[in-house]
Amino acid sequence: MPEALTLSVNGESRSLEVEPRTLLVHALRDELGLTGTHIGCDTSQCGACTVLLDDRAVKSCTVLAVQAESAEITTIEGLSDDGEMHPIQRAFVEHHGLQCGFCTPGVILTTVDLLSRDPEPGSDTIRHALRGNLCRCTGYQTIVDSVVAASGALRGAGS
Amino acid sequence: MIPAPVRYARAADVHDALVLLAEPDARPLAGGQSLLPVMKLRIVRPSLVVDISRLDLRGVHIHNGELHLGALTTWDDLLRVEELRRPALSAITECAAAIGDLQVRNRGTVGGSIVHADPASDIPAVLLALRAAVKLRSPNGDRVIPLANFLVGPFTTALGAQELVTGIVLPIPEQGSGSAYVSLEHPASGFAVAGAAVLVGPSEERVIALTGLTGTAFVLPEGVDPARALESTEIFGDRFASTAYRRRLAVVLVERALERAARRAEEDR
Repeated sequence: MPEALTLSVNGESRSLEVEPRTLLVHALRDELGLTGTHIGCDTSQCGACTVLLDDRAVKSCTVLAVQAESAEITTIEGLSDDGEMHPIQRAFVEHHGLQCGFCTPGVILTTVDLLSRDPEPGSDTIRHALRGNLCRCTGYQTIVDSVVAASGALRGAGS
Repeated sequence: MIPAPVRYARAADVHDALVLLAEPDARPLAGGQSLLPVMKLRIVRPSLVVDISRLDLRGVHIHNGELHLGALTTWDDLLRVEELRRPALSAITECAAAIGDLQVRNRGTVGGSIVHADPASDIPAVLLALRAAVKLRSPNGDRVIPLANFLVGPFTTALGAQELVTGIVLPIPEQGSGSAYVSLEHPASGFAVAGAAVLVGPSEERVIALTGLTGTAFVLPEGVDPARALESTEIFGDRFASTAYRRRLAVVLVERALERAARRAEEDR
């Protein structure tokens, strides 16, 4: 039985009707049209479905949509500011941090979480933090390079 | 993959959760990092999930020489608290840092992991070595039972009907103690092929606990050479690691954990 639910997504309050068993990733994609959140493995391994729940990275295939009520959800669509790419997104473009791009939204949102706790992570810290984000193109080195560049850009912007 | 149809209720407090759990096929849902995957596979099909994730059972504190971990404390919480930054409790943070990945550590809880009782999960070994007990609440009242008695077998615990794990409690080891957790993870699942947790006391006395080898994590008998004790342990094998390999691996992991824990104990003297 679908039930009414209100979610706060990318700063907007959105009303939808979902069954209690609906996973957050399906609510975001199928009900709210936010298809930037990808489904990769659907078994909480790959991290393609990563979104932020109250600023913390979570796998939206392993959260019920109803559990996200009254939390602030951020998807990849919510990162850019008035059409202007987020500094992390720009760093990924400039440092070739993506090939096919399928894993990229998840990688970037995990990076947002990482850099919010550790503004200047070393490469070991970055690799440990991104362990739950698989890139089937295996472009990990340039992903790490992009995170390093993003951390520099964000610190530069902050100072 | 989506779970079978299920109803959902958010508990307002622990009492409310226990009332809701009166339904025979109801399951408590915290971070969901163990329960939701098995619900998606439809191995578990509760009639009702009782969302306890917002209850006041989260956090770490020290009281009367005991460490209390709220059942809803996440792995990520454990990595941030000051109370655990001491040599005797290093095994806890060492273990928490290696669990799953950042996203899983953000949501997964200590209580959820204990209740799920996966034979390959890491934390039971650490908590057994630290002589932890499980705090439980049901309409009949509260009880505290040693973790070793709580873990009954693979995915099986002593949790009663309409009973909730509210936390973990363990005695803070005395000054001059050190602990460590060393595991070999399966590269894809991240679960332990085998893991060894060790607590070394101020006069070299030691507690050794292992996970990944048998139906549930267990403590090695005291005063027996670990390699000898493992010879007579019935260890399972699978296509990733045979019985003989797991046994040899366990001996090596115990040695490494002992070495690290002893070094930490020394630093604390």
